[in-house]
Amino acid sequence: MEGFYGKYGGAYVAETLIGNLEELEREYLKVKDDPDFRAELAKLLKDFVGRPTPLTPLHAISAEIGRPKIYLKREDLTHTGAHKINNALAQALLAKRMGKQRVVAETGAGQHGVAVATACSLLGLDCVIYMGAVDAERQAPNVQRMKLHGAELHLVHTGQKTLKDAISEAIRDWITNVNDTHYLLGSAVGPHPFPNIVHDFQSVIGLETREQILEQEGRLPDCIVACVGGGSNAIGMFSPFLEDEEVRLIGVQAAGKGFDTDKYAGPLIKGRPGIFQGAHTYILQNSDGQIGKSHSIAPGLDYPGVGPQHSYLKDIGRVEYTFIQDHEALHAFEYLCHKEGILPALESSHAVAYALQVAATMDEGQILVVNLSGRGDKDLSQAIEALARLKEKEASVS
Amino acid sequence: MNRIQRTFARLREQGESALIPYIPVGFPAAETSESLIRTLCESGADLVELGVPFGDPLADGRVIQDASTQALANGTTLRACIEMVARLRPSYPELPFILMGYCNSFLAYGLERFAADAVEAGVDGLIIPDLPSTMADPWVEIFRPHALDLIFFLAPTTSEQRAAATMSKGSGFLYCISVNGVTGEREKLPQELPAFLKQARAATDLPLCVGFGISSEEHVREISRHADGAIVGSALIRVIQQAAPDQLEGEVRSYMQRLKNATKPITQR
Ligand SMILES: Cc1ncc(COP(=O)(O)O)c(C=O)c1O
Repeated sequence: MEGFYGKYGGAYVAETLIGNLEELEREYLKVKDDPDFRAELAKLLKDFVGRPTPLTPLHAISAEIGRPKIYLKREDLTHTGAHKINNALAQALLAKRMGKQRVVAETGAGQHGVAVATACSLLGLDCVIYMGAVDAERQAPNVQRMKLHGAELHLVHTGQKTLKDAISEAIRDWITNVNDTHYLLGSAVGPHPFPNIVHDFQSVIGLETREQILEQEGRLPDCIVACVGGGSNAIGMFSPFLEDEEVRLIGVQAAGKGFDTDKYAGPLIKGRPGIFQGAHTYILQNSDGQIGKSHSIAPGLDYPGVGPQHSYLKDIGRVEYTFIQDHEALHAFEYLCHKEGILPALESSHAVAYALQVAATMDEGQILVVNLSGRGDKDLSQAIEALARLKEKEASVS
Repeated sequence: MNRIQRTFARLREQGESALIPYIPVGFPAAETSESLIRTLCESGADLVELGVPFGDPLADGRVIQDASTQALANGTTLRACIEMVARLRPSYPELPFILMGYCNSFLAYGLERFAADAVEAGVDGLIIPDLPSTMADPWVEIFRPHALDLIFFLAPTTSEQRAAATMSKGSGFLYCISVNGVTGEREKLPQELPAFLKQARAATDLPLCVGFGISSEEHVREISRHADGAIVGSALIRVIQQAAPDQLEGEVRSYMQRLKNATKPITQR
């Protein structure tokens, strides 16, 4: 296994963790091709998670835009409601194989935390979750769910009190309990081998999509869009299409209130390469190398770093990275609810919003696939309030 | 021999181990930082570890994290840390100054430019907790020609194989982590520490210095039996935080002198 994507990646961590990362890599390589592990995981993905998830054509929206045929890959229909469960369950199974009885994890949107708490409850593992105090407030339903599944929840009050600080605390816990604990990282970020492992466990999204589109359309899509926070749903979706040069791949980052304000995320657009939380990758930072503050209405996209493979794919130009602001995501959220009876997560709404823009530039007969990484139940009260404020503002301007 | 080597050679001759205080530059206030560091230099420090504050210090516990945050709020930059050493150097020509900081601060400054500026200011070595030896080759290549020591860590979890590689790349001394965990005060030293240090001693000629959790005279005395130096961070910061402003220097001085005394052979105490 390679620790680098071009110059990006690596394992820039405290010496105490190196032995553990080496062990993780060893054990992962063992189970990767182990038919027993694969079979056990496949069975859980089918019977517990509800895979394969559908590839849903959007008839109403496609008819309204009158251009490409738009499909949604429905990760929102997985058990616990987001793609995070694919990786959480697989890594929990791996932890169990490694004889680790205790799992720590971070969560931003709460979707990863819920997925880890769920997987640990299913597999009988002890579960400790770190969550920024700000995120816990805006994702209250998920906080309750984690507790119901028996997770020990630690709110993080340092720094910005969001995802990045939760990751830092989870890493500190791991350094302290390195012998009996598995750190179940929730995105394609962090030190090697995590980006690799998460990439592999999320590739099920793209593999299914590929099979489904070939079956339904007899050919590959012209364009695929996914949102990029840490980058796990996007890399899982893109991965099986990377070699197909004719498929246009677009990753959407969160521009928050806009790059001309001080409230945005989007390190692939506004960041510079540096070393943060274990990897060399694009990060939001000031000229002194201090990590920048990030903002997005979608907590899962509110992160100043990104998975190292995305940094590499940006530099070589294989994936286009672009951005959507809070208000655009909110409009897409409402539009999808209204037109198609589907309630998207605010994270996924970024992908939907950009997809609608791209669709307007595509031709009839072309195919566009959007990864709907999760469902929006967790965001309901936040989104409704924000939409109300937005409409008030828009009404007063016009 | 460079300053770090000369220091350990001298201490070995005297039968003492090194006392190495850690303090972030710019802490507790921009105006008092320099005089506080001077107090450390003059009250028993054999080497001084100056923290380059970073907002997300993953290997550090709450005390150092908070002190770093405070130092950042006081406007401390890496440039300010280099300039601090440049101001101290003429007063303490033989005292080694080591900068402790996280990768991204140095990367953002530019490694080549940093190495040149640091050496000119009189910096002797670097401790970078998120730069394990496996990732360090490009850094060693840049720093070695400037004679900047890159000091690596040895953890209780470090395999024998890795330890050998680490020792061959590192210089200055070997930073032995007393426990698995982040920095912070602890009641007791772990029982396994002597065996851990004995193993390290057999594998390298580099001086061994122990840090993480060293809080008291007893700790320092115990470490001096098995290693060449004791690094004291969180406990010193707490002394600083708890001292009344007008007694700060006096309290730091007497705390340092007590610790320094504990590094000396019993006959000289
Ligand atoms: C529904 C949903 N989509 C997307 C993300 C962003 O993460 P990633 O970029 O790793 O897919 C999150 C993260 O919490 C999420 O909950």
